[in-house]
Amino acid sequence: MNPVPDIYRILPEVILTLSGVAVMLIDASLPAGTPRRSLGWVAAIGTTIALWASLWQLSLPQGAGFYGTVETSAFTIFFHVLICGIVLVALLLSLDTLPEDSHHQGEYYALVVFGAVGMCLLTSAVELLVVFIALEISSIATYILAGYRKQTARGPEAAIKYFLLGSFATAFLLYGIALVFGATGTTQIYEIARLVPLAQNQTMVLAGMAMMLVGILFKVSAAPFHVWTPDVYEGAPSPVVALLSTAPKAAAFAVLLRVAYELFPTLHFIWSPLLWIVAALSMTVGNLAALRQQNVKRMLAYSSIAHAGYLLAAFAGLGSSGIAAASFYIAAYSAMNVGIFAVISVIGGYDEAMPMVEDFRGLLYRSPILGSVLIFFLISLVGIPFTGGFFGKFYSFSAAVDGGAVALAIIGLLNSGLAAAYYLRLAFTTAQRPDGNKAQTAFPEPRMGAAVFAALAMAVATTLILGIVPNEVLRAAEAGAHTLKTPNPQQDFHGIVMERLRTDAVRPPILP
Amino acid sequence: MSTINQSILTLILLVPLAGAVLVVLVPDRAKLPNWIALLTVLVTFGLTLHLPAHFALGQNGFQFEVNRPWIENPAIFYHVGIDGLSLWLVILTGLLAPVGVLASWNAIKERRKIFLALFLVQQTAMFGVFISLDLMLYYGFWELSLVPMAILIAMYGRKDGPKAAQKFFLFTFIPSAPLLVAILWLYARTNTFDFETLKILIANGQFPANALFWAALAFLFAFAVKVPVFPLHGWLSDTYSEAPVALAMVVAGKLGLYSMLRFHIGLFPVQARAAAPYLIALAVIGVLYGACLALVQRDFWKLIAFAAVSHLSLIVLGIYGFTFIGSTGAIFQILSHGVVDAALFFLLGVLYDRYATSQIAAYGGLAAKLPSTATLFVLTTLAMIGLPILSGFVGEFLILSSTFSGVSRGWAVAAALGVILGATYMLWLVQRVFYGPQSELIQSRPADDLHFRELVLLWPLAVLTLVMGVAPSIWLSTIEQGIQRPPLITQSGPGIVTITSIPEGGRR
Repeated sequence: MNPVPDIYRILPEVILTLSGVAVMLIDASLPAGTPRRSLGWVAAIGTTIALWASLWQLSLPQGAGFYGTVETSAFTIFFHVLICGIVLVALLLSLDTLPEDSHHQGEYYALVVFGAVGMCLLTSAVELLVVFIALEISSIATYILAGYRKQTARGPEAAIKYFLLGSFATAFLLYGIALVFGATGTTQIYEIARLVPLAQNQTMVLAGMAMMLVGILFKVSAAPFHVWTPDVYEGAPSPVVALLSTAPKAAAFAVLLRVAYELFPTLHFIWSPLLWIVAALSMTVGNLAALRQQNVKRMLAYSSIAHAGYLLAAFAGLGSSGIAAASFYIAAYSAMNVGIFAVISVIGGYDEAMPMVEDFRGLLYRSPILGSVLIFFLISLVGIPFTGGFFGKFYSFSAAVDGGAVALAIIGLLNSGLAAAYYLRLAFTTAQRPDGNKAQTAFPEPRMGAAVFAALAMAVATTLILGIVPNEVLRAAEAGAHTLKTPNPQQDFHGIVMERLRTDAVRPPILP
Repeated sequence: MSTINQSILTLILLVPLAGAVLVVLVPDRAKLPNWIALLTVLVTFGLTLHLPAHFALGQNGFQFEVNRPWIENPAIFYHVGIDGLSLWLVILTGLLAPVGVLASWNAIKERRKIFLALFLVQQTAMFGVFISLDLMLYYGFWELSLVPMAILIAMYGRKDGPKAAQKFFLFTFIPSAPLLVAILWLYARTNTFDFETLKILIANGQFPANALFWAALAFLFAFAVKVPVFPLHGWLSDTYSEAPVALAMVVAGKLGLYSMLRFHIGLFPVQARAAAPYLIALAVIGVLYGACLALVQRDFWKLIAFAAVSHLSLIVLGIYGFTFIGSTGAIFQILSHGVVDAALFFLLGVLYDRYATSQIAAYGGLAAKLPSTATLFVLTTLAMIGLPILSGFVGEFLILSSTFSGVSRGWAVAAALGVILGATYMLWLVQRVFYGPQSELIQSRPADDLHFRELVLLWPLAVLTLVMGVAPSIWLSTIEQGIQRPPLITQSGPGIVTITSIPEGGRR
């Protein structure tokens, strides 16, 4: 029945796991004191092969393997390529920005790659327990990475905050899964989607869905589940933040798309207003808070919250147009965000000598390349045409308007105007002439190795491609959107569900 | 030849961009980036001159058109083309680019590569605004034109660059959000961003009038800020006093005024006529207000900023008078103002370069020391205040006379008062800077008169103002053709609604 060997369905994950294990083994077998920078290249090469393997999966027929738990489709491949690309940029970045003498370089690269395994698996899982396991794999890796600067007080603080709050969120997700399982008797996503309208106990399904949404919205740092973001971004090393602010979010958004459109398509009328509120709240809270920040990483943390809001606006879109818009936005957001954190890690170095906006004054004069690239990414974050940020917002808001959420699109546009203020404050401070009175010798000469150069070039090129010739990526996003099994919008589930809820109210809930 | 005609506009867009890349790549040694930039803008200017040489007079519609699909979903086309309206604006942009490069030859000392690369990107963006016929493409260039400008203001600001840059950017960026919404709304209804298709659809009444009112207002708002029309001029004086000379001379005026003519009046003729009385009133207020404030400025950048508010308001008056002569005069005045303002900015840049202050009181009796600067400054001033046989006269006369006969005598008289005030503040500026006893600063600081580089640039501009004043018909014939096209004048064609009567609101 299924001629494709199961192993092909998870080929990128297998390759990533093998390269992670290889990094660990080589790390252990190298004598102490040997430079371990080359381990990063092993990880980068493994990630590149995984990226190619995901592209190769395009030749496979769409379908699920391992008893219907993991799937390959245009949708999963889109996110695999995206995540592998982000991880590759983050690895290249770390190669030049991690301190030479660090004893933990081997672990670092292995953790990044293992995290990537979890994120990739997250996007292809079509069974809720596999979703949970994949989420744990990626989360545990990122918890450790967040606390990687052990010397400072901020590093462990970030890791502990991230870990505690993240565990809560995962618990929410797991509890939600349990409730949905209770109501439907299965954890397979397509089965659940089929059974949800038939389930006797709709209250339980709704409670399960709400809890799952809480868990996922925490991972994408949408308001009001965002409080961890600024502290973690501030405390974690910048190369890690480049990864942390993009890849896990991309994976979590993929899950959110699956949960919303595939798992609970019949409850669209309930989750859609919920996500509407979360989107509006995230944009507004993120931007208002970012306006007041003086610390660059905190500012960008709030900006990423706002971007999660813009992205959630796409969920107001109907069926596949909304999914395509969201997928495209994730790609655009990831390209520019990984890029901007890459620049910041190069500028500040591992010790983050320059955390404040004011520290960036005159950067364009001192280092024209880094200054220009930083300004370029800021311009893209503002959403100026001919950059990825513009089309991302464009598609997201058009999807929202198509879906009837005109008010949300207007809130979003007003917010982008607001956001321009703080992005430009940084951009213009960077462009300002250096202050003659202040001795600027403290500014460390940025190290621009070939690896960092390649990472920045990749991010810049992707942002430009998404802004100037987005056709290919958009087509891929649309192909992905069409492979999600979205419901027939004609069917009216509203009545069915409300009827069930009414009968629930008079009858004590029992498991089916 | 037809292949050149096919690709000329694309070349005009791409050459500055290619020059920008080249400037970034060459080493920053011995003015090499400056020479490359100069070469690029001269080549571009040469290319723009191809347009009038092969412009078919009397042929309706857009010429040198290219229309290729760019992005599939939404259907955005790379659709460019020019008509009599945009032809001379493209050339003006091409002409001012060498002026800008030469004006910053010595003034920009640090990070020349970034300056020149961004300056060239700015050129591409401005060309793009003038030639785009796809609303989304147009919007892209419109937004893009903000970026290099804002960054350069932040980089080279004289006192507080970032603040002025932020003010400039937010003032012009935020109104473009409603503009984008309006464009998207039009697209959602019609599935096209094409200017001509939309124009026909709107004229045919495909849209509810109430919604069109808001869409037209969104367009108008974005353009009015960019011009700027009173009371939206808040950003201009800071931008003028902070921006490098090469950019200040292009920041105001033509982009917004052209967009008004093309996209506000062009797409929404009915709504534009309804809005005309308000705009005429605002324009006349702007003429008087700008002139009065210019009278009391102590800083010459600020004086020029308010003078610009006054002059640009006069052009707005010409545009929204909805008379044929007024519109022609307005477009001619955009060109004239572009040339004269550039020369004036250049000369003030020369003064700032030599004496490092923009306080008018610090100057005095300069004519004896810098005679050729004084000569050219006086000449430019006379062109600016509208002395007959110089370029400023033609446009002002056409606008004022058409307003007097076709719109309202009262407004015309009031606007003419503003023109008189304009002569007052400009001549007073000349008197304070160049005549009278020599000030301490002038005596104490040695300075040389105009260099060869500066003369080679200013004399052609001065001659151009003279030619424009003596033989305006060279320009007016093509401009009139741009105006004759719908919807300013009665016309009819298949599928196009004929607009024969001016609504009552249009006359006062």
